[in-house]
Amino acid sequence: MSAAATETLDLSMFVHRRNGAAHMDLAVEDVGCAACIRKIEGGLKQIPGVVDARLNFTNRRLAVDWREEELSAAGVIAALEDIGYRAHPFQQERAETQEAQHMRWLVKCLAVAGFAAMNIMLLSVSVWSGSDMSQETRDFFHWLSALIALPAAAYAGQPFFQSAWRALRTRALNMDVPISLGVILALGMSLVESATHQPHAYFDSATMLLFFLLCGRALDHAMRRKTRAVAGNLAALKADFAHRFDGSEVVRVPAAALKPGDRLLVRPGDRVAADGVVLSGTSEIDESLVTGETERRVVATGDTIHAGAVNFSGTLTMLVTAAGTGTLLDEVERLLDRAVANKSNYVRLADRAARMYAPVVHATAALTVLGWLAAGASAHDAIVTAIAVLIITCPCALALAIPAVQVVASGALFRAGVILNSGDAIERLSEIDTVIFDKTGTLTLPEPRVDNAAAIAPDLLERVARLALSSRHPLAGAVAREARERVPFDGAIEEPGQGVRAMIDGAEARLGSAAFCGVDTAWDRGDEPGASMIAFSHAGRAVTLVVRQKLRPDAVETAAALRARGLDLIILSGDRASAVEPVAASLGITDWRGGLNPAQKIAAIDALKAQGRRVLMVGDGLNDAPALAAAHVSFSPISAADITQAHADAVFLGERLAPVLDAVAIACRARRLMQQNLWLAVIYNAVAVPVAILGFATPLIAAAAMSGSSVLVTLNALRARPPRQRAAVTAPESRGLVAAEASTA
Amino acid sequence: MNVLIYLVPMALALGLTGLAAFLWSLRAGQYEDMDGAAVRVLSDDDVTPRDAAPTLRPGLRSGSIDV
Repeated sequence: MSAAATETLDLSMFVHRRNGAAHMDLAVEDVGCAACIRKIEGGLKQIPGVVDARLNFTNRRLAVDWREEELSAAGVIAALEDIGYRAHPFQQERAETQEAQHMRWLVKCLAVAGFAAMNIMLLSVSVWSGSDMSQETRDFFHWLSALIALPAAAYAGQPFFQSAWRALRTRALNMDVPISLGVILALGMSLVESATHQPHAYFDSATMLLFFLLCGRALDHAMRRKTRAVAGNLAALKADFAHRFDGSEVVRVPAAALKPGDRLLVRPGDRVAADGVVLSGTSEIDESLVTGETERRVVATGDTIHAGAVNFSGTLTMLVTAAGTGTLLDEVERLLDRAVANKSNYVRLADRAARMYAPVVHATAALTVLGWLAAGASAHDAIVTAIAVLIITCPCALALAIPAVQVVASGALFRAGVILNSGDAIERLSEIDTVIFDKTGTLTLPEPRVDNAAAIAPDLLERVARLALSSRHPLAGAVAREARERVPFDGAIEEPGQGVRAMIDGAEARLGSAAFCGVDTAWDRGDEPGASMIAFSHAGRAVTLVVRQKLRPDAVETAAALRARGLDLIILSGDRASAVEPVAASLGITDWRGGLNPAQKIAAIDALKAQGRRVLMVGDGLNDAPALAAAHVSFSPISAADITQAHADAVFLGERLAPVLDAVAIACRARRLMQQNLWLAVIYNAVAVPVAILGFATPLIAAAAMSGSSVLVTLNALRARPPRQRAAVTAPESRGLVAAEASTA
Repeated sequence: MNVLIYLVPMALALGLTGLAAFLWSLRAGQYEDMDGAAVRVLSDDDVTPRDAAPTLRPGLRSGSIDV
């Protein structure tokens, strides 16, 4: 297409000005090795106008600075393409920037706590081992410890103090409340003890507690940032472009830059980038991503079309309207609001544990004071013992019990190709007993495929597929996917609405409608409106290819494995019943319903909830978004509509359905380990608390018990990694960050 | 024990120097790209071609290296 070569690309929304130069962030595909860094950075810096290029190999992002008078943003991307890399402009989300700042803060706190814990431990060990130490030296060491501990705790304790304060203000209890209380009391008591020349001070316990807990928190945060970076890259990769009329000129702009009132040109094969109304033209559009319906809809002037639909045959001009004006979107938005509002307030396991733990511990401490007073001890001794109880029950093990498992489990999920959107998804996922699947794009692949590929001679299929590379038609796209060598034939010409032809080995090859190819076909789509036929002829050989929605390659095994775990499987589809039935039959699912609208999907989920079921909903369409929000926990494939992905608790990558199964297995395992860890913490307390109540808890015992129990729960948490992670199969998808999408985009 | 009067502050000062160095490296963005730092060290951009190409004995030039 000659128009594509000359069309202008407007990327101004991604370009920032910095020190007189333009700056843009790009997500780069297929960066796999050290050589890529040199190729990209070196290659770009040779281009006149480029000031600086720096590739971040960790998150596969490239920062480029260039002089605008010499080069355009589109020129930078074109230059990268010449070097051999596809790059996608990238707008850093505010959430991501905030998380980066939060991470830096946590690491600073961690460094301060680590410094303090180590130096105070050095002084404490001297005090513990120096039995012949004079009282003056001991006091000197205590005061030195105080000098380090107080500012360090005031700084490094902030993440806990702030969170505890927030919880207390809303009259709630979380694990940070007992932590903060423990730290403050330990420091306060140690100060008093130092001032009164007593032998025991707990400065080391307080700082060590902060250090251990900050380690857990920083790791948790690092894991979350990593998955968010991948999600951000995938979003940049998926971002649609639209052809906008600027006056009479057509400019290619990112979909995010569209505003209501813009007029767009939608060519065959394009994805509709925004909701709007057709101004002129007629076409068939495939709305399977919107409604789940596989039959194509004919649209003409005045019809409403939604973002995510694929234009099949004719060229359309459309007017972008404000989001939520379409009838379907209206309904989806309204249902979403209700579903989100109704979402049961899930209380995390850790918070539930904190609610039980805090009153018990504080009551024990109070009873200790009373007990010692009753036994005739002085008020000072009674209070010191009670605080020792608080310190030794310091929820170190308890506070690490769950986050440690969470870090390991979300790492395992990440390697299995699952990106978590919400923190407590793992816990909720472990409780499910029913799995509801959407059909189109979830059980089936998001794009149609050639169904009879196996029946065609491989050399002929390769020729067909390579010819299909020259066509923009969606059906040709399905055929082109079969190409092993993605090299189009020279001089291929596309005849709009008919097909594509090229001279191959001296004879003309044609791919397109049966009439265009001169092929007589007896193929009948029968009662399967979603299927299509495309013909090919070359040098006397002719073949017809049937293109239809196909099941994901491992859908049958995954369904069987889920059922073997004791889960009920249900299909709720927006597609016609006649299209759902064969899919349900091949998966062995007896409980299925077709032709549902979003409200009916929610009603079905609510009915199951009323029976006490906990539902995992897996769906990709815009029509699934409310159902995803209503379910106990929800998944969507990476190919899903944007709103849908935003409401899913997790997103899975790639063509296979196995990540869903892996995620359920990992979550159940993680849940068991969380409970084990909580029990380990309880057992530790059952042993340590009586020792403390009886007044034997010296700072040495407190330090040993605390680190021992923390190490124990952390080691146990490491078992959350599945014994044989299917890393070999799925790792490239998450490691290459964008590689999985590259093959389907 | 008088030696402690200056030994302990010295030890603390050394520790604080380490902490300050870490905080500086954090602020300078040294931890922004951990994987990149690991592989960039393998790149020999900073080596001029004359240094980079050691003269090989004729027998070794095209042969595979036994491991």
